[in-house]
Amino acid sequence: MLQYALKRAVLALLVALTVSLVCFLLVNLSTDVATAMAGEGATAETIDAIRTQYGFDRPLAVQYFEWLGRATLGNFGDSLYFRTPVAALVLQRMPTTMILGASALGFALALSIPLGVIAALKPNSWIDRLTLTIAVVGQAMPSFWFALLLMYLFGVTLQLLPISGGDTWLHFILPAIALGYYAAPAIMRLTRSGMLEVLESDYIRTARAKGLRNTSVLFKHALRNAVAPVVALAAVQLGFLLGGSVVIETIFALNGLGYLAWEAISHNDFPVVQAVVLLISLVYIVLTLLADIANAWLDPRIRIG
Amino acid sequence: MPGYRTLLKTTLLAAAVAFTLPAEAGKRDNSVKWASNQVPESLDAYFNNVRIGVILAHHIWDTLIYRDPKTNEYKPSLATAWRWIDDKTLEFDLRKGVKFHNGEAFDADDVAYTLNFVSKPENKSTTQQNVNWIASAEKVEQFKVRIHLKKPFPAALEYLAGPVVMYPGEYYAKVGPKGMSANPVGSGPYMVVEAQPGRLVRLKRNPDYFKESLKPQPKIETLELRLVPDQNTQTAELMAGGLDWIFNVPPDQAQQLKTVPSLQVKSGETMRIVFLTMASGEKTPTPVLKDIRVRKAISHAINREAMLKTVVGESARVIYTQCFPTQFGCTDEGAPRYNYDPAKAKALLKEAGYPNGFEIDLYAYRERPQTEAMIGYLRAVGIRANLRFMQYAAMRDSIREHKAGFAHQTWGSFSVNDVSASTPVYFKFLADDVTRDQEVRDLLDVGDTSVKAEVRKVAYKNALKKIAEQAYSVPMYSLPVYYAYAKDLEFRPYPDEIPRFWEYRWK
Repeated sequence: MLQYALKRAVLALLVALTVSLVCFLLVNLSTDVATAMAGEGATAETIDAIRTQYGFDRPLAVQYFEWLGRATLGNFGDSLYFRTPVAALVLQRMPTTMILGASALGFALALSIPLGVIAALKPNSWIDRLTLTIAVVGQAMPSFWFALLLMYLFGVTLQLLPISGGDTWLHFILPAIALGYYAAPAIMRLTRSGMLEVLESDYIRTARAKGLRNTSVLFKHALRNAVAPVVALAAVQLGFLLGGSVVIETIFALNGLGYLAWEAISHNDFPVVQAVVLLISLVYIVLTLLADIANAWLDPRIRIG
Repeated sequence: MPGYRTLLKTTLLAAAVAFTLPAEAGKRDNSVKWASNQVPESLDAYFNNVRIGVILAHHIWDTLIYRDPKTNEYKPSLATAWRWIDDKTLEFDLRKGVKFHNGEAFDADDVAYTLNFVSKPENKSTTQQNVNWIASAEKVEQFKVRIHLKKPFPAALEYLAGPVVMYPGEYYAKVGPKGMSANPVGSGPYMVVEAQPGRLVRLKRNPDYFKESLKPQPKIETLELRLVPDQNTQTAELMAGGLDWIFNVPPDQAQQLKTVPSLQVKSGETMRIVFLTMASGEKTPTPVLKDIRVRKAISHAINREAMLKTVVGESARVIYTQCFPTQFGCTDEGAPRYNYDPAKAKALLKEAGYPNGFEIDLYAYRERPQTEAMIGYLRAVGIRANLRFMQYAAMRDSIREHKAGFAHQTWGSFSVNDVSASTPVYFKFLADDVTRDQEVRDLLDVGDTSVKAEVRKVAYKNALKKIAEQAYSVPMYSLPVYYAYAKDLEFRPYPDEIPRFWEYRWK
């Protein structure tokens, strides 16, 4: 088990390094950073001065290793736009994104596990078709569109919930639903297939033969085993949700990491863009690593295979 | 994808409009809740270059001179009188009895400290063009100050009536730009009571605002600016009553919002002008544009009046020279007008040796539907323009590196109401000058440096006339902006795109 975990950790580290390189190159090769920073109306002299001042005239490899060295110590430099340390900005915005990610995941689990169980109990029935429809719609509908639908229905027409901002817990309801709905289908389908498999296993037949009540068989014996892989998937989905927060936070004006990324992109604030992309990628990598280890711990076939 | 998104949003908005009930959040407590999709990098006016920061600065601080937005005349503000001592020295008599929000009394020390600090390049003021003409400021008496210019710069008064605001010297010396951004202190009609970076700025009416100010005493008690990045969210908040005033509403949404009984929609002209640049200089990547007949054909090919009605929007106007009409020195007197005449355009192309037209890349970075309309008009006379749509920085690089010769450009002049802030940028041998006409350059230089108004006017007029005669560019129109706000709010738009909440009120 330890050997497997170490192997996965080394792989995760390599992925993280690759991500850091891609993240650095994407920003530096997509445009001339100095020109973009100088803004509208800047003279050629101003652009040259910026290039020299920030060291953009040095080879890319030198710039990358210097940036990586500082980043591993948590120093992403100063924001070009807000003129404050990037690390402080990121830490300040992190709690909002974490609250949003956790609530969205909570919503996704609360929606998808019961629906997945119901679908498994009545396979190929109209209920199963309905849950399939919910899943397909959740995957296919763009999150910005679903967010606007929620906003106009619950905020404008019914005036039940606040539309934007993050002052109270009520402000997180619509964004959590909009973000969580996207993660629900995968969990729902996994719960359904897991339940179908478990319900046909010998020990469930034995439990039923012993005369146990149906609810007891379902919840104590079947569901507990069926949702084990869901726990691992949920960890990975949380990474997806953090990435998806860029759109949702921007739409709902939530002052989190996603909104920070939007602001940074709008103002060519490259140090912040790099830090946010790297951070969200790292969270995703770590969550995937934990999910792999958890899966291997639950199912020895994985670590042996 | 953008078209798909717009269609979805418009459908949704139309549906929502049908079910919306009126709401005016601010009227009850005499406040105005408004929103912007921009985040000011700093609330210190000299370390900000986004519009929302400029708007806030006009409410928090005052300038030495007041420019009447209706007549564009310069009038007293923190200075009661001013005079040119020579071509490079301005002297100001300062107003007595003005107090900053922190109680500090305004005098010549504040002017001298503010200007000497922000004009020093090492202090890295973000908007250098606003202050880099100042050599130094010198206190003459407690209420008399002199500003020394690096070289003759007649537009100095325009800057001193706009972006160059006055800070309390002692406070600024103590807290610096970071402190000023965290807790802004000015003498303006509103004072900042809360500033949460990236979220909101709350301003309260300044009860001790100096009575002689030409900005009327504010009537609205509180202004709450929220940062809401998505335009659709702003619209939803406005319809639900969470906001009272929004701006930069897209034209299609503005049309929908006009049907909401609890709201008003108004459009206003802005100082941002649209024009096509055509590289005809030696290094042009598009030699076809060297031929004046081709440039004139392009000018005749586009129906600008029709574009105003269909894709640009209300309140805009066609321009015939490359400057905004209210800017000092801007005129189209004597300049030829290239009216829409596709037959003439085709004839000119034939005369130039292109009877079947030609192919060319047209670069653009904003208002894509307008570029597409231009392409349609050009195609009708045989010019097959391929759209190269990109980020502004990439387009500018391509132009400056002589890779792009034909571009749909816009210029806002930083809201400076003087030609020196617009035409010279594109015709005075600077990086964006793709024509390089020495006569035009010399005329613009006279206009930029003479302190005699008449001399300036004549020089600019002749420069603009020569540019138009040579059809170096195609001046198109000004751009409008749409505002949507609560029905009972009295509001009036201005071309400099600065809402003046101190003069608005609830009915």
